[in-house]
Parts: sequence; structure tokens; C-alpha cells
Amino acid sequence: MIYREAGQFKTSYAADQGIFPIRLDRMGMVALLLIAYLAIPAVANHYWLVSILVPFLVFSMAAIGLNILTGYAGQLSLGTGGFMACGAFAAYKLATAFPDLHIIIVLLLSGTITAAVGVLFGLPSLRIKGFYLAVATLAAQFFLIWMFNKFGWFNNYSPSGVISAPPMHLFGDIYITGPQSSPLVKYLFLLTFVAIMALAAKNLTRCKIGRSWMAIRDMDIAAEIIGIRPLWAKLSAFAVSSFYIGIAGATWAFIYTGSVEALAFDINRSFQVLFMIIIGGLGSILGSFLGAGFIVLLPIFLNNAPGLVGWHIPVDMLAHLEFMIFGALIIFFLIVEPHGLARLWTVAKEKLRLWPFPH
Amino acid sequence: MAEADAMNAAGAVEPRDVPSGETVLRLSDIELGFGGVKAINKVSFEVRKGEILAIIGPNGAGKSSMLNVINGFYKPQLGSITFKGETMRAMQPHHAAKNGIARTFQNIALFKGMSTLDNLMTGRMLKMKRNAFWQALYWGPAQREELVHREAVERIIDFLEIQAIRRTPVGRLPYGLQKRVELGRALAMEPDILLLDEPMAGMNVEEKEDMCRFVLEVNQEFGTTIVLIEHDMGVVMDISDRVVVLDHGVKIADGTPDQVRADQRVIDAYLGVSH
Repeated sequence: MIYREAGQFKTSYAADQGIFPIRLDRMGMVALLLIAYLAIPAVANHYWLVSILVPFLVFSMAAIGLNILTGYAGQLSLGTGGFMACGAFAAYKLATAFPDLHIIIVLLLSGTITAAVGVLFGLPSLRIKGFYLAVATLAAQFFLIWMFNKFGWFNNYSPSGVISAPPMHLFGDIYITGPQSSPLVKYLFLLTFVAIMALAAKNLTRCKIGRSWMAIRDMDIAAEIIGIRPLWAKLSAFAVSSFYIGIAGATWAFIYTGSVEALAFDINRSFQVLFMIIIGGLGSILGSFLGAGFIVLLPIFLNNAPGLVGWHIPVDMLAHLEFMIFGALIIFFLIVEPHGLARLWTVAKEKLRLWPFPH
Repeated sequence: MAEADAMNAAGAVEPRDVPSGETVLRLSDIELGFGGVKAINKVSFEVRKGEILAIIGPNGAGKSSMLNVINGFYKPQLGSITFKGETMRAMQPHHAAKNGIARTFQNIALFKGMSTLDNLMTGRMLKMKRNAFWQALYWGPAQREELVHREAVERIIDFLEIQAIRRTPVGRLPYGLQKRVELGRALAMEPDILLLDEPMAGMNVEEKEDMCRFVLEVNQEFGTTIVLIEHDMGVVMDISDRVVVLDHGVKIADGTPDQVRADQRVIDAYLGVSH
């Protein structure tokens, strides 16, 4: 294993500020993209695409959103589900009111609407911090879900309260939503979309605005003395975070499930995304992906693992076991590596750089 | 006793030329109270351009509160602040930062999760103009802006000799280096007035000498006006042009180190008076 940066000299600050300053990391990223774009479409079956890869990408988007708010800006939020619902219903209203809008426009607009809602519910963050803010965002969670259930306008007076994505074209006559869309198109579209959004998030977090978020998180007094306005930093974090989470909600409703009711975005969804960023790594874009992958894959693995080793467990027992092992693993993780999978990855890389020498 | 000795020991040093610059900052009759306690009681003094002004006094004299008034963290109940010709009741932190007042804290207030480089880059926050859209795109205007400021920050890193810890999260650095990074973050703002709250507290002799060197160089090379709070009398008498002495929220002396050292009220405040 040769993972070295010796001999790779930076001759400009631009090269030094790259996302992957070490050559092998860049090659790894290219390899990963090749696998994602070429190998996976070639081998993945319907089940993999629909039940694992698409939800993984949707959750990654939501996790990036929450990570911006909680991991980078340090504002604890339990309203993720509510904001996802907001994005889903905004996309539904937009797509049904303006059937000619392109899917990408619909997604971006629903993200923008969610961003505005996020800013509104972020206002209390100017006065309260930590657990108290978490409770305030909990209010947003319950209020939004209640609102979408209560007022028929949001679901176009559908008697069941369920919204279904109308069939929409990606380009030509290729459908991205509705019954005629193929899982592969959905996967490739989401992959591209999430990759671009993740890159934008990475860019934001390594620029001025990201530093203002981290400054507020680490030491708000000093941030203010430097000239950062807490109002602006916190609300921009709420806006950008909600933008991502709203788009995640919209892609959930339109591309992942196709039809959804508000209860799909209840408080459990908020906790699920929160676990993703805690396990993946707070304040890390990579961590958002790792956490989403972990939480999506673990239940599937736990379900199938006993069968693979020829151990047959009754289904109800299996369901309970899954909960127990899942909870135990999360606790184990928090004790062993509170900074998440992303930190494990960084530590492993640090070790590899020096291997086989200890220092 | 030890402090009085330090004062005498410093007497051997020849005085520096006192810059007779115009007044950049004037505090007039500042009164600040917390509940029934008067932290600052009718204190007035001025800061002249290009000087090193030390604020000294026993514990609880109101020194840190004074700095907090200057950069707008505390709002005095009475009095006024005149800064760059503009008189106001109280400073706003953002206004102070924008107009060139930077500071460091007594108990280091760095952004612990960020690297040294990012801490310094954060200090240049107000000088960066590109909006969130360009930052999300990164390549193009935002990157060009980042690089311009990176170069400025690298000059400060060179100046403070902290090249080796550029990428280290500051939370992992030893205390003396953290103090140095905090000075760097304040310098990154390219301030006109630099407020240093006990920059040498808890340092060993070598670290203190380094810090003195940096403070003097900042003052002489960049012409930055410096207001500092320090307990080490040797340092204060050595590097400052003027000294303001506070005791129990009242100003008891104001003058050159030599004048202050000879002042009976200062000696009483430090050594106690027999009643």
C-alpha cells in the first residue's frame, strides 16, 4: 500500500487549497465516480437500485443539509423531517400548478421555498442555543406535519392525504417520475444531482461563509469581535441547510417513493438523519455520505446476515433483534469514535501516510 | 512585593521615543455597572495613534471591562466614545471590527475545531466580498479572492513563525502557540487598533520574549496602535509608551512608565496603604 505525498510539491496556493491535495485521493475519487457511473449501472439489479442506491442518495442529500446546520454551524435541529415534508409538498404544489416546469427547476424551487421556511424557524436560534434550540426546531417538526395534514390545499384535496408525483420528463421522452420511469434513470439523475450539490456544499464550507458558520459554532463571542454577524451566519446556515433538506424531501417524494404522505416525514425521520450525521461525522461532507450509507445498509445487512450463515430466525424476532443491534451499534460507535466514520477514515489515512513507520 | 521589584528592575531600561500622534480613540467619563457593582467609574483616557498603551491595575480593577467597552461588547451606562472623529454612546462589535479594532482574549477564544490557517482566514472575513453563489461555484472569482487573502495570511504566518502548525486544528496546540495564533487572527484583520488582553499570561520567559518581540514589531512595522493589559510589570514598563492605571474601576494614574512608577497612588494601590 503506497499512500504517500512525498515528492508531490505544491507550487501554488491554488493547488494547496484543492479538495484533494494528495494525488492518490484524487485518483480514488475518479475511480469512485467511474464505479458509480459505469460499474454499478452495469451490474446493479432493480432491487439494488430502487431499495438501496436511490434512498442512499436521497438520505445523503438530507444528511448534507443537516450537517451544514448542526455539524458546521453548531445549531442542533430536530426539524429535518418537517423540512423534508416542506420540500416534498412544495414540489408537489409546483409540479401540479405548473405542469410544464422541468424537474430540476421544481427541485430547486422547492428547495428555495424550504429555505425560506427554514429561515423563519431559525429565528429563535438568535436567542436560544443547544437543547433549547432543539426543542424549538421540534416545534417546527410537529407544526409542519400538522399543517400538511390539516389543510387539504397542500395535497390538492386528496381524500387520503397522499401526494403522488405526476409523470415528468427529464429530457426527450425519458421519464424521471411516474410509472414509466426506469430505476436506472432515477439513479443516474440522482447521482449527478447529489454529486453536484455535494460539491457545492464542500465549496461553501471551505469558503468565507463556511468559516463564518464554524466560527459561530466554535466561539460565537470571538466571531462577533471579528465582524461576523451572528444573525447573518445562523440564518444563512438555516437557509442553506433547509435548501438541501427540502430538495431531499422533494426527491424522496418524486423520485424515490413516487407517492408519499406527510407522516412519512415524522419525528423518526428527523432522528434517522441526525443519527446519520452523528455516525458519519459532524462537520464533514464525506461523513454525510458514510452515515447515510451506514444507516441505509445496516438494517438490510442485519436482515440478511443470519440467513447467509444458514441461521433461520423467525421474522418477528428478527425485527426486534434488528432494533437492538442497531441501538447497540450506535452507542458503541459514539463511545469508540464520537467524531464518526469520517474521522476514522482520516485517522486511517494519517496512519497510511507514515506506514510502516510509527512516526 | 514581587510586582514592585519588577517595577524597580525595569527602571534600568532607557525609555523609547514616545510617538506624539493625534488621538484616535477617546473614552470620556465611562461608567459601567453590573447590578449594584460599579466596574468602571467615570474613567476617561485617550489612545494616540501609533503608541503602545498599557492598562494595568490589580485584579478586578476593570481592565478587561474597559477593553470590552472599547470593542462594543459592553455598553456603558454613561459616557461616550470618540473613535476616528465620530462620537457615540457605545460601540457595536461589528462596527468596531469594520473600523479596524481587533482584539485577543484573556482566556483564548480561538475557533478550536478549525486549523490555524482557517482561523487566520476567518480574521479576513470582512475583507472578502464574494457572495454565497460564487462561493458555491468556487472556481472563478471566489477562488481568486481566497488566494489573495491566503497570500496575506501566509505573510502573517511567516511573521509569527507558525508555518509548521498551519494545518493543525488549534484545539490541539499548546497554550503558548494558541496565544500566538490568536494574535495572528487579530493581525489578519489588519487593524488600526489592536487590543491585547493579557497576551503574555501563563507564558514562560522565552514565550514572553517572543510575544514582546511580535508586539513591538507589529507596532513599529505596521504602525498599529496597541492597547494591552498585562500583569508583568517588567514587560509593561519595557514596551509601553504610556500607562493607564485603574483601581476599583477608577483611573488613578495616566502617563509615561516613569511617571506612573513614581506615583504615590499607584504604589499604594499595588502595595496597600496603612490606615
